[in-house]
Amino acid sequence: MSENLPVTGNKTGHSASMTDLAAPFRRLFPARVSGQALAALALAIGFSLIVPGFFSLGSMRSMMFQLPQLGLLALAMAIPMMSGGLNLAIIAIANACGLAMVTVLGHLPLAGHGTGYVGFCIVIVLMVGAVLGTALGGVTGWLIVRTKVHPILVTLGIMSIVEGTSIWLTRGEVVSGLPALYGQIGNASLAQIPLAFLAFLAVAGVVHLLLQHTAFGISIRMIGSNALATRYSAVDVDRVTIRIYALSGFLCFCAACLMLARFNSASAAYAKSYLLVTVLAAVLGGVDPNGGFGRVTGLVLAMIMLQLIATGFNLLGFSDYLTLAIWGLVLIGVACAQSMVKKRR
Amino acid sequence: MPDFATLRSRPEFWLAGVIVILCAALSLSTPSFLSLSNFVDLTESYAVQAIMATGLFVVLIAGGIDISFAATASVAQYVAALLATHYGLSPFLVIPAGLVVGTGLGFLNAALIHYARVNSIIITIATMNVYFALLMYATGGHSIYNLPEWWSERVTFLQFETSGGDLIRITLPIVVMVVSLLLCWVLLTLSRTGRQLYAMGGNAEAARRIGLNISKLQFFAYGFAGFMAALAGLVQANRVGEAVPNALYGTELSVLSAAVLGGASLLGGVGTIGGITLGILLLAIIQNGLNLLDISPYCFEIITGAIILASTTLTALSVQSRKRSRLVEEAPIPEQAHV
Repeated sequence: MSENLPVTGNKTGHSASMTDLAAPFRRLFPARVSGQALAALALAIGFSLIVPGFFSLGSMRSMMFQLPQLGLLALAMAIPMMSGGLNLAIIAIANACGLAMVTVLGHLPLAGHGTGYVGFCIVIVLMVGAVLGTALGGVTGWLIVRTKVHPILVTLGIMSIVEGTSIWLTRGEVVSGLPALYGQIGNASLAQIPLAFLAFLAVAGVVHLLLQHTAFGISIRMIGSNALATRYSAVDVDRVTIRIYALSGFLCFCAACLMLARFNSASAAYAKSYLLVTVLAAVLGGVDPNGGFGRVTGLVLAMIMLQLIATGFNLLGFSDYLTLAIWGLVLIGVACAQSMVKKRR
Repeated sequence: MPDFATLRSRPEFWLAGVIVILCAALSLSTPSFLSLSNFVDLTESYAVQAIMATGLFVVLIAGGIDISFAATASVAQYVAALLATHYGLSPFLVIPAGLVVGTGLGFLNAALIHYARVNSIIITIATMNVYFALLMYATGGHSIYNLPEWWSERVTFLQFETSGGDLIRITLPIVVMVVSLLLCWVLLTLSRTGRQLYAMGGNAEAARRIGLNISKLQFFAYGFAGFMAALAGLVQANRVGEAVPNALYGTELSVLSAAVLGGASLLGGVGTIGGITLGILLLAIIQNGLNLLDISPYCFEIITGAIILASTTLTALSVQSRKRSRLVEEAPIPEQAHV
């Protein structure tokens, strides 16, 4: 636990030495995360040497376009996991948000209006989506708290209900009808860097600050370590749990925004195969499936590693399925290596 | 004969009650529901899921979880189909080969979980992706349609006509399902290994200290799950007459919900085979009833989700209220086996 919590009070012991200059850096990138960064770097260099066209602006840009969607969903999965839970409803909530936003936008009379008006409507609709995602997450958290049923079961039930409602209302069809402005913003780039990637980094940064530097973030991991001890430390465990799932729901909304821009439509069935992959990504990013440990920097680096593998093997002409198999094997390898290190200690 | 108070505290009792009420309501609203032929049809359509559920159930009892069984079933089914069509082997080689493949994949799960000591849900999600992705890669997603006749032909064990003129066929899937459920019941309630699995699921450390061989039990549980998954895969190919690599993919969570509905605890050591049977029966009846009532099939998922939430919530709340009343009375009531 101590490695993961920010050192707030006892800086005096270190500050005498000159090496302390690296302390903030070490805090952001502890040993495990540095290992991941090295692995990601090694992957990048390896692929650049083997795969022609890997080290190019085009492939970098395509990676930055693809990464944020899975990245945000993995964040939405990782935060409940840090608290010792799991959220199987993330994809269903993200799709529900996407569908709600497209439907509302489709029914607004936007044709013939100026960019300013359309932009204003988009902002309003985004707020609708944000409220919906957060509310669905909050209800999930509330049910977990009130019934004390295992989060896997509660989120499984919520997943069925939310996904079923989406399918029922749309008859399983794809809903489109976004104003062109939305796609323009969503697929825009700033200095060759896709806006979606910058948005992902911004969200990840905020979540990082939330997890490492607020009482809420520390409570999340304390609950994951020992919920009873956390309660005896005068933390309102129930309220924190509800907030955890509400935050997870909000991150699903963020993912939904990017999915809308990418597919230019919404459906109840998008990204369904990502559900269990996000669990793998979170574990690869150093999130302990039993709760208590995990940080955003590790998760982001794990996402970069997975994306490097996907793009690299894709350029080599491997199929998507082989990439998925390799992701699974990487996770098994990392998990085995971790447990061996733990045993030696 | 247990008295009503103990009976009331069992999830199977409530589940059976819900099923009876549901059946009564459905038979009043649709005349075609309460007929033997309809019942046989709905049993057959859920037989494959029921066979997989027995394997998952044993793992749940042992205190683990298996998400990879549907992928295991697909791999075993495809390997067997390949042996039968491409190499023309006899059924006496093909069927054991398929079952061995399934058991082997289960053993692989057990080895990773036991020796690497990684959380079983993580490992089985990873192996699910690896098994399924490698299968799709190796087959290119192509189905095998030209199964030999001994496999694709419908095997009917019992056939008769009701007084109404309906033809009732008790086919292979139903028989295999019943045999699997019986086998699982015998294993868990009458065999020493079964009781040891309950002990390990209840408290693995305590089980280890009284001298149970934990690694043997782990391998048994996951191997059994793999075996049952392979059996389900083979039966599925018989039912639809072809081997489709992604036909079973995606049933993981619905089988898990059936098991949980039947009262199996995700924490291990709790659950009965009767409960699992009722859980599957409930899901089958709901789907069948919705079809007969002409309610949009799109509603099915919503209702399933609501039932999962309602039943797990009710069970949890009744357990909590009993705990509370015990505190008030301060009378030591022996711990229920399924709490």
